[in-house]
Parts: sequence; C-alpha cells; structure tokens
Amino acid sequence: MNKYYWLIPILPLLGSAFNGLLGKRAGKGAVTFVGLGVVLGSLLLAISAFLTMKGMPDHRLVLGYGEWMATGTLQVPFDLAIDPLSGTMMLVVTGIGFLIHLYSVGYMHEDEGYARFFCYLNLFVFFMLTLVLGSSLVLMFVGWEGVGLCSYLLIGYFFETDFAPDAGLKAFLTNRVGDLGVAIGMMVLFAAFGTLTVGDILTQAGHLAPEVGFGVLTFATLMLFFGATGKSAQLPLYLWLPDAMAGPTPVSALIHAATMVTSGIYMICRLAPVFTLAPITMDVVAWVGAGTALFAATIGLVQRDIKKVLAYSTVSQLGYMFLGLGASGFAAGFFHVFTHAWFKALLFLGAGSVIHAMHHEQDLFKMGGLKAKMPATFWTMLVATLAIIGFPGTSGFASKDEILYLAYLKNPMLWVIGVVAACCTAFYMLRLFTLTFLGKPRDHHAFDHAHESPVSMTLPLALLAVGTVLAVWLGWPKAFGGDFRIEAWLAPATTFGQLHGAHGEHGSHALAWGLASVSTLLGLSSAAFGYFSYKDGLAVSEARAAQFPFLHRLLLNKYYVDEGVELYLLRPIRWFGNLLWKLFDVILIDGVGVNLPGALTRVSGDFTALFQTGRVRNYALSMALGAAVLLYVFLK
Amino acid sequence: MTWLTSHPLSILVFGPALLGFLLLALPHKLGRLSRMLGLMGALAIFALSLAWLLGHRGNGAILAERAAWFTLVGLPVDYALSVDGLNLWLVLLTTFLVPLTMLGTWNSLKDRLGTFAALFLMLETGMLGALMAQDLFFFYLFWEAMLIPMYFMIGVWGGDERRYAANKFFLYTLSGSLLWLVALLYLANKAGGFNPILMGQAATLLPFDVQCWLFIAFAVAFAIKVPLFPLHTWLPDAHVQAPTAGSVILAGVLLKLGGYGFIRFAIPMFPQAALHYAKPLAILSVIAIVYGALVAMVQRDIKKLVAYSSVSHMGFVMLGLASFTVIGTQGAMLQMLNHGISTGALFLLVGMLYDRAHTRMIADFGGVAVKMPVFTTFFFIVTLSSIGLPLTNGFVGEFWILNGTFLSGFTWGRLYACLATSGVLLGAVYMLWMFKRVFWGPENKDEDSGTHHLHADLNAREIAVMLPIVVLIFWMGIHPKTFVAISEAPVAALLLEIKAPAPRTFVLKPAVHRAPAAPAPASGSHGHAEPAAHEVHR
Repeated sequence: MNKYYWLIPILPLLGSAFNGLLGKRAGKGAVTFVGLGVVLGSLLLAISAFLTMKGMPDHRLVLGYGEWMATGTLQVPFDLAIDPLSGTMMLVVTGIGFLIHLYSVGYMHEDEGYARFFCYLNLFVFFMLTLVLGSSLVLMFVGWEGVGLCSYLLIGYFFETDFAPDAGLKAFLTNRVGDLGVAIGMMVLFAAFGTLTVGDILTQAGHLAPEVGFGVLTFATLMLFFGATGKSAQLPLYLWLPDAMAGPTPVSALIHAATMVTSGIYMICRLAPVFTLAPITMDVVAWVGAGTALFAATIGLVQRDIKKVLAYSTVSQLGYMFLGLGASGFAAGFFHVFTHAWFKALLFLGAGSVIHAMHHEQDLFKMGGLKAKMPATFWTMLVATLAIIGFPGTSGFASKDEILYLAYLKNPMLWVIGVVAACCTAFYMLRLFTLTFLGKPRDHHAFDHAHESPVSMTLPLALLAVGTVLAVWLGWPKAFGGDFRIEAWLAPATTFGQLHGAHGEHGSHALAWGLASVSTLLGLSSAAFGYFSYKDGLAVSEARAAQFPFLHRLLLNKYYVDEGVELYLLRPIRWFGNLLWKLFDVILIDGVGVNLPGALTRVSGDFTALFQTGRVRNYALSMALGAAVLLYVFLK
Repeated sequence: MTWLTSHPLSILVFGPALLGFLLLALPHKLGRLSRMLGLMGALAIFALSLAWLLGHRGNGAILAERAAWFTLVGLPVDYALSVDGLNLWLVLLTTFLVPLTMLGTWNSLKDRLGTFAALFLMLETGMLGALMAQDLFFFYLFWEAMLIPMYFMIGVWGGDERRYAANKFFLYTLSGSLLWLVALLYLANKAGGFNPILMGQAATLLPFDVQCWLFIAFAVAFAIKVPLFPLHTWLPDAHVQAPTAGSVILAGVLLKLGGYGFIRFAIPMFPQAALHYAKPLAILSVIAIVYGALVAMVQRDIKKLVAYSSVSHMGFVMLGLASFTVIGTQGAMLQMLNHGISTGALFLLVGMLYDRAHTRMIADFGGVAVKMPVFTTFFFIVTLSSIGLPLTNGFVGEFWILNGTFLSGFTWGRLYACLATSGVLLGAVYMLWMFKRVFWGPENKDEDSGTHHLHADLNAREIAVMLPIVVLIFWMGIHPKTFVAISEAPVAALLLEIKAPAPRTFVLKPAVHRAPAAPAPASGSHGHAEPAAHEVHR
C-alpha cells in the first residue's frame, strides 16, 4: 500500500482540478461524485497509512518524493511524514472533512457556483494535508499559505456582494502578517540547525539545554507563535475570524472551526521539543492563550448573529488550546483540538441547518421554538452544547479540564482566567441554544417556513454527534480514573527523544478533583443563568443591557478594535504610502533630481540661444568685444 | 553554410535585426503581413534557441564564439558571444517573451504595424546581444542599441505623455551609461583591451579607491536599469506610457539586464569594491522593496501599480545579489526569471483589459469576475505568483533570497532579511487589494465605467498566450531545479573566487552531560560565535 500514499494529498488536488476546469460542464452529479469521492478515497488511504504507521517500531513513516528546492546548503524535499501526531490530524482532516463535504451537497445544492465551491473545498483538503504531513517546515508552510488561500477564496465565495470580498481580503492579509513571523522563524531555525526538516531539527533539539533568558530559540519560537496567532486567530491577529463568517457555513465548520484554525496549535505541537527549550515563549503562549480565551468569550456574550457567536467561541476555544500548550500540556492542547474539531464542526453545521431552514436568517433574536420543527438538529446541537460547556462526562469536559488543571500548575492566575472564560462560554452557549430552539418563535413568517434539513445534512450531524461523544475515549483524565491515553500516544511526536520530559506530575488527584469541582459548578451555574435569562424571550436581557449601557455597547462593538485598527494603523499606512509617492517620488526624486536638471539645461540652452541671432553685425560686435577683453587681459 | 552552422549565437543575435530591416523595407500597406512575418521570425528564433541551447550539457560555456574584431584607439575589441550558466535562462526568457508578446498584443496597435514589428525584432537583437556579449565594448554597443527601438516604441505608440516618458527613459539611462563608458575606457586602457577577465585582473592592481570609483560607475549604470531606488523614477512613466508590448519587454527583459550586469561584470571584475559596497546596496534594496510596495499600494492606475511592484520585486533581486551567498544569489537568478514571467504576464493582462475597457483606473472597475471569468482566473493565478504563494515561482525566489540574506556573512544580513520580509506582506496587500476592487464586489453598472465596456472574455489567441505562462509559473514553483541547476556551479565558483564572507550560523548550547570542557558562549541577544566575516578591506 505504501506506494499509493502520495495520493492522500494528491487525490483532493485532482478533484479540485476536475471541478475547477470541467465541473461546470460536467454537471452537479459529476461534481458531487468527484468532490466527495476524492476525499473519501483520501480518507480510506489515510486510515491504511495510519495503521501502517502504527505497525512501525518507532511509529514513524517517512515517504520521499524527491527534491523540491535545493541550493547551497538548503535542501527541501517533497517528503511526507506520518507519525502519531500528523496521523491523528490527517484522520481528523479527511474524516471530518468528508462529513462536511457530504453536508455541503445538501447545503449548497441550489447555488450556481456548486462546482467552484467543491473546487475550492477539495483544494483546501489538499493544502491542509500538505500542512499536516509535510516533513519539513517549508512544506508545512506550503500548506499553511495554501489553506490561507482557500480560506480567502471561500470567505470571498459570494464575491459579487459588498461584504464577502472585504472579509476575504482581511483574512488573507491578517494571516500574511502572521506568516512574516513564520518566515522569520524558519530563517532563524535554518541558521541555527542547518536544516528545515522537522525530524532533523527535533533530533538536534533533543541534545540542547533549555535557554536561560532570551536566546535564539526564544526568538525563533516567538516568531513562529506570532504566525500561529494569525492562523489560529489569537490576540492580536484574531480580527479576521469573525468576519470570515461571510463564507458559506460548511466552510466555517471545516476551515474556520475544525481544521485550518488549529494549524497554529498543530505547528507548536510539531515543534514541541523546540518550544520546550524556550521557557519565555511558553509563558507568552500561555498568557496570550488565556487572554484570548477570556477576551473573545466576553464578546460572544452579546452578539446577535448565530455564526458570529460561534466564531468568537472558536477564537476563545483556540485560546484554551494555546493555554494548554503554554502550560507544557502539548497532549492536552492537542486533545482539545481533537474534541473541539468534533463539537465545533457540529455546532456550525447545526447552525447552518438552522440558517438553511430559516431562509438565510442568522439573527438569534428572530429565531426561537425551532425544537419542534427541527428535532434532529435540536438533539445533535444539544450534544455539542453540553460538550462545549464542559458538562461532566463529555469530551469537552475532559479536554478543557486537563488544560485548566495544567494551567493551575503553571500559575493559578491562568486557571482563574480560564474558569471565568469557561463561565462566559457556558452562558453564551445556553443563550444561543435557548434563543434558537426553545421559547416561542419571534419571527412567525420565517418559523412557518422552517423545516428539518435533508438527510445529506442531518446524517453528518448525527455522525459528528457520535464522534463528539466517543472522542472522550482518547483522553479521559487520569485524575478521574481514565488513562489520558492520547499523551502516551503522542509522546513519540511531542517529545521526540527529548531528554527532559514535557511536564512534571507535581499535582495530585485531590487537587484535580477540587479544581474540577469548582470550575464545573461555576460553569453549570453560568449555563443555568444563561438559560433562565433567555427562556422567556428577550425582556430580561434587554433590561440588563439597559442597566449597563456602556459595557453593553463596548461588547457589542467588540471593544472597537476594528475601528481602532482602521484609524491608527491602516489609515496612517495609506497616508504614508501617498506621502512617499507624492512627496518623495514625484517632488523630490523626480522633480528636484531629474526634472530640475533637465529644466536648467533647457533654460541655459534657451539663454545662450539668445546670442545666436543669425545677424553678422551682432557676431562682429561680440568678436570685437572679445578681442578687446583679451587685449586688455594680456597687455595689462 | 558551414559558417552558419558554426555560428549559432550570431544567428540568434543578429537574425531578428536582419529580419527587422527587411520588414522596414516592405511597404506600409503590407503592415499586417509584416506583423505575421515578424511573429514567424520570432518564433523561429525561439525554436532555434531551444534546440541549440538546451541540447548542450556540461560545465562551462554551452556555446561560444570569439574572434578579433577591430581596434578602438589601439585597444582590441573582440566579437565575443557566449551562453553559459549565468545567462542561459535569461536568453531563453527573451526569445520566449518576444513572440509571446507579439501574439499577446496582436490587435492592440492600429497603425504602422510593420514598423513596430521591425523595431521589436531589433530590440530583441539588442537584448540577446547584451546578454551574450563577452567583450565589454561589444556589450556596451548592445546596451545602448537597446535604447533606440524602445525609445521609438514608447515615443510613437505610447500614451498621451509618451514624449516626456520616452525622453526621460532615454536620457536617464544614457546619463548613467555615459559615466560608465568613461570608466570602461579608463580601465580598458589599463588592461589593453575590453576582455572582462583581463580588465578584472587589471582592476585588482589599481588602488582600492580607484576600484571603488570604477565599481560605482558600473553599478550606477546597472542600477538605473534594475531600477534600484532612488534611480527608479523613469520606470513608472515609461511603463505607463509604453504600449503593452513595450511594457512587457521592459519589465520582462530590460530590467533583468541590470541585475545580470552586476553578476556578470560588476561583481567579478571588482570583487573587493563589491563586497565593500554590499551594505549600501543591501540598504537600497530593502528600501526599494518596502518603498516600491508602499507606493504601489496607493496607485490608482493598475499599470502604474504593476510598475511600482517591479521596483519592489527587483529590490529582492538586488538584495539576493548583495547577500553574497549561494542561496541568495541563486534566489536572485531565479527571481529575475520569475519577475520576467509574472510581471510580463501582468502587463499583458492589463493590456487585454485596457484594449476592451479603454481605461486602467482601478475605480472604473468592480465586478469584472462576473463578466470575464476566464480572464479573472488567469489574472488571479498570476497574482498568486506575484505575491509569492508557495508552489508558484515567486515563492522559491523570495524564500531563497531571504534565507540567503539571513545567512549572509555580513553582520547586517539578519536584520535586513527580517525587514525585507515585510515586502512579502505588502506585496499581498497591493495586489489583492487591487484584485478585490477590480474583480470582486458588485458589478460596476456605471455607463462610463470600465466594467460596462467589457463584452467579451478572453479569446482563443489570448488564452493560448496565457497558458504557457501559467505552466511556467507552476513549473518554476514546483521544480525550480530545471531553471537554476545550471547556474549553481558558476555562482558557487564566483563567490569562492571573490572570497565572499562565509555564512553566519547560530551556535546552540548543548545540554550538559559531562563537565563543561569550555565555557559556552553567553546566550546574548542572538549573535553567538561569529565566524569572522571576511575582513573586506582597509
């Protein structure tokens, strides 16, 4: 089988090429067949490759496909590396990816750009798999930029509207800002290790001492983390993700919740041994993660657009993942990637199902009472909601609890921030759930037309719900009698011959129980608070908003960050560009440097031309004058 | 006949001009026939260049011709042409772009078609001659000869301000090369000829400050062509006023001659001076990268935007050369080809848009994607190449240049590499922002708008022109080896010969296993052990 594994990323690429070049002529049936078929094929091959890798003694399968760009000392081969980390991620991408492709068949069936949509979606799977499987940082960067491209294309999918192009552009450019960090990080690592192949870097890193203070690796990892804040929407580069909701909902589920936005976490897990060598970076990662988790959760409290709430929720959950990484819990952070992929994809697809049923209504305040009309969507959404608020026993509880526990061991303040954010999460999720499904319908016209979605959409919902429940199997915390097996499972990839272990077990089960009880109690109370605030409609919350008008406006306007960026960053840059052009280029260089000498030449020419009168008398006069001057000079 | 087969390079260089003179002799009425003959001739030259130049393998020159020619005030001038690793792909780029451009702008011009085709072919002779000449006087002749056809192309077929632009282009370039001519004659006198190797040897015997002045004279002439900030202001005017074909060739080939001049003549002939001035060159390159991008960002005319983007992209070329590392220099070699393909393609595409809409103002468009989906797709792919997306050609070149600069043996390398990365961001800003405003958004329904005048998507001819470009964009991005393997050895040899400083790497602190044998270097900011940068000169 090994010789077919190159098809894992290439199949979706071929599918994309087919859908893009011939899809429109071939018709929707062919597009569906190819678009889904290639991802399914890729999924099956991925399962096979995963099993092959498990059979290897060192749990590592490297597949070589020749040289890409080599010059001087730089060698970048087209190699793919499958290990427990990339293997798991590969299954998530192809597995959840396939479900979302399936869902899209129903969701997009009326859209004119059906073929174009699947062209982009397949291309995304190709790039995401390149990111995950690339054996070198450069190949990972190919995927990194490539998924950014697909994200841009899919956010701007409705390109003839006003808002989608802006959102797409914002997403791409914000990500590019982060990519500068990745580029610089790669340059530093290359200068330090002499290679960009991940395996070689990790082997060397295993023999290094952790940096005291600010060293080369601290700088490199900080730069890489800056890149991660772009792709994974953390402070300060999170701004693009909420706007990214302009894309079709399956895109939000696949790219902007389950897979692409977790690439930043994935990259750090990939380079875990290097990050471990840079304690300062680890602190920064933890604090930025915690800060983002809280910051985004507070904005989520008041948003009216169902997708916007979920978008801020994603930003917030990604913050948890970074918090886990920063607390040296690479397995915990990645486990949250895994569980989040299931329940957040489910939440988005559920929201999509609601939006689809309500004829593209996304305002929570106009929904309500949909439980009766959409039972399948209701029940699956309930599963996901319980998971995300950390209801005991769910997968979300397991992964979030492990992160909070490690955060406490690192710094209790981080735990406090994490718990407050978790309370906000519980509140806004119950608010969303109650406003959508419970209570009375607030827009009767839309409600009357609402209907349950077709099977192609409810089936993925059901499967994702099953995944959400089962995901817990991979990492039930040790403190509660589980074995947190994902840690041992990922160990070959995250420690990679590291001399010093990821983190010492200096907590105790009693502490874990205590912390979990407090956070769960607070979370469930917040959830109840959310439910009771909205179960009878909007009156209670409107009254509360009127009580705190300033705070409400601040949150509703997302702390005015977008406005600030426009005013204090983008406008000055444009102004500066104009200044360079008009003052520097046109006036200084061109005017003074080029045209002025030209003009002087012309003026002096015109002046001397005055003496060229063509009259013999004038020439005779000047000759006589000249002779007189010469005589005077020489005879004096 | 034997003379012909034994002088392939002469045929490649002078064939186009000969055909050009023939076309001039044809009556005006036969303009369309001349245009067709011109295209056929250019295609034949392209086919011959592929057949003769790609067939040969091995080290050293692929093909060379050398003969004593005449003496200029007692100094022998050689008729010397050669194609080797440094210029092979630039030669092929030229022979490729000329017929492609002719076809791509087939219907753009309405009058004096035959004359235009003739000038175009003469221009090709000038470019190929300059790329192949191995005698500096011979090189100088071609270098100046290129100006004349381009001057007329801009001045006769250009836009509303064509005379200003043509004069500016001509005088700007000429003033740079006159200074250079003085330096050339001075050094030829010392060396007793115009052979670059002998001249280089003679130069090393001169006092260092004289070498520096000579290098500056060479560098200014080449930098104007590149164009390097602050000598770039002829470029926006020339590009905007030139007809599409002129812009394509200007960006595609003429600018490359500046970078090529550095790697072929200025650096090998004055190595000490070149290393001495590496830092100022790098500073100007970084300024060009950022400055060009910022100014491109605020342009309202698409063509002018592309013109300023050239300043930024060519800044990368110069930065790679100034790094004096194999990676950076190879990156510069590739980036020259990249820029020729991508920016040439952008000018072609802008021309196609202009032919239909008769405007190039960004604000006049909006929603073009709805009206011209095929055109939009091509434009987008070229845009991706221009912003250096991985798997397209732009990425490989920029990645090598940045890494090479970061590794450079000069102390400034790391900082400048980091600063230059901002060009990669700004490139995306101006290209994609323009793309959004022109192609996306609601259709611009205004009666006077450019979008309103778009009735037909690309025709078969235009698609046929764009397809090879798209193939090349991905080929160069996925298998760059095809295009740079041949220059690797000459570049490495050159850097070795001029004693470029060894790359600087970081030394990391190993974990303590046993008693530390030697005190490890303190982990300060990020500079650790400095593999001493070669003492350049004093």
